[in-house]
Amino acid sequence: MTTTAAEKATHTAPLPSALALGLSRAAVETRMFFREKDAVIFTFSFPIILLVLFGSIFSDQFKGTGITVSQVYTAGLIGAGVMGAAFQNLGIGIAIDREDGTLKRLAGTPMPRSAYFVGKMLSSLVIALLEVLILLAIGVFLYELELPTDVSAWVTLTWVLVLGMAGAALLGIAASSIPRSAKSAAAVISMPFVVLQFISGVYIPFTELPPWLINISSVFPLKWMCQGLRSVFLGEEGARLELTGSYELGRVALVLGAWVIGGLVLCLMTFRWKGRRDG
Amino acid sequence: MVPQEAYRPDAGAMTTAIHVRGLTKRYGDVQAVGGLDLEIQKGEVFAILGPNGAGKSTTVEILEGYRKRDSGEVRVLGIDPQKPTREWRAKLGIVLQTANDAAELTVRETIRHFAAYYPMARDPEEVIAKVGLTEKADVRIRKLSGGQRRRVDVALGVIGNPELLFLDEPTTGFDPEARRQFWDLIKGLAAEGTTIVLTTHYLDEAEALAKRVAVIARGRIVAAGDPATLGGRATAKAKVTWADGLVETDTPTRTVLELSRRYDGEVPGLAITRPTLEDIYLTLIEAPE
Repeated sequence: MTTTAAEKATHTAPLPSALALGLSRAAVETRMFFREKDAVIFTFSFPIILLVLFGSIFSDQFKGTGITVSQVYTAGLIGAGVMGAAFQNLGIGIAIDREDGTLKRLAGTPMPRSAYFVGKMLSSLVIALLEVLILLAIGVFLYELELPTDVSAWVTLTWVLVLGMAGAALLGIAASSIPRSAKSAAAVISMPFVVLQFISGVYIPFTELPPWLINISSVFPLKWMCQGLRSVFLGEEGARLELTGSYELGRVALVLGAWVIGGLVLCLMTFRWKGRRDG
Repeated sequence: MVPQEAYRPDAGAMTTAIHVRGLTKRYGDVQAVGGLDLEIQKGEVFAILGPNGAGKSTTVEILEGYRKRDSGEVRVLGIDPQKPTREWRAKLGIVLQTANDAAELTVRETIRHFAAYYPMARDPEEVIAKVGLTEKADVRIRKLSGGQRRRVDVALGVIGNPELLFLDEPTTGFDPEARRQFWDLIKGLAAEGTTIVLTTHYLDEAEALAKRVAVIARGRIVAAGDPATLGGRATAKAKVTWADGLVETDTPTRTVLELSRRYDGEVPGLAITRPTLEDIYLTLIEAPE
């Protein structure tokens, strides 16, 4: 009798909450990320090196604006850095999780599946924020980037980063199902990301791009995230450098918000807990 | 009034851990599992034997809720594994064949983290000690040997205090000493009342651990029962061999007496053997359809 009572007690105890486990996953994911030196270097160094490189090569000013090319790059590379930390990192990381048995093992536990995604999203948020801070520090100390002084710009910065990160992370989770194996993941995920950076105004101003390329990049979140970031760091003068002469913040919010919803739908529709070889 | 019979299946479910009837699974042209029946009681240690590609892993993965079946009736702890719930998962422990995950975490971090998934987990320190990893508790999993890694897998399988534990080829790659230690660990869990389903290639392992074994070949169970009597092993003819002869007989004692008389005492090179589990197993899996 005592054993059956004990057995009952064992399995009627409440299951841990999905939120608590999501936070626990986030802590573990973040710790694992920072211990994997290769991934840390891969994620952080790329935008930092490019910012220092471009900032040193192009030190001119845009006529009559008082804005330097390196300041424009800082804003653009913050966007690219966020997308790298969220999209690229998750796209590759989850493809590896699928192959090394992480997903299969987790699927066999009572962990709610949402906790895995909450963990991935939050850990990529931490990584992306750190990246933003580093790039901002470089911009401020090396390229006279001015941090916004009014509250509304900080509010804009917050929603652009949160929406941009969430959309990019969800897109990364969805994209993780594309590579056939963990080995090919880095190439499959990084290639479109690099192309997107070139056509989204990160390295090359829109004024230099043919309209059809701009049309393509306007579909994706990176262009809009960078545009939102420029509005924060380059101020009113910088708006004249935009194609439409305006930062179009309403449209930025709309497109980034649409990507969060679209990314979520895409994840729910396409996510695979199994590798291709698992049948 | 509900007839008394209506309650019988429930009464059965109290003691049945796994119930399978007519299970089938096909991958393209290959019939991986073709009409498999299986009944495992609570508290049993049950071994599933079979060559690669016999349908062993497919069957176990269907029971674990990893794969969908084509047809048949499956109940694991009273639940259809195709409709898993978190409560059901909390009663299950799964030790997969191979995994290389969580390499950057230490043994202790990993086991503590997984303990948080379960409503009534075992004490992580106790589990670490039980699988013999106390000295390696703060070492990153990446730096462990294959056998030590496998112990982490087992630790993660039992951390949730499961009623039913699946072990898929748990000792592949172990040295003989590590295998013996692992067997002791499994015997300990079985003594605590955990139902254990083990798939293995090692017949001595099945014989050492399991009260009942099933041999799967060509997607069906070709024999099941006590390993000591499987496939008529206990009643099979004994083989008497000596320096210049060989006899298969039901009465080996009489044969030896006759031989002793013939040689006037000691029979040179005398040996009496019965089929080993391996002999029986090889006959079973090679038998044509």
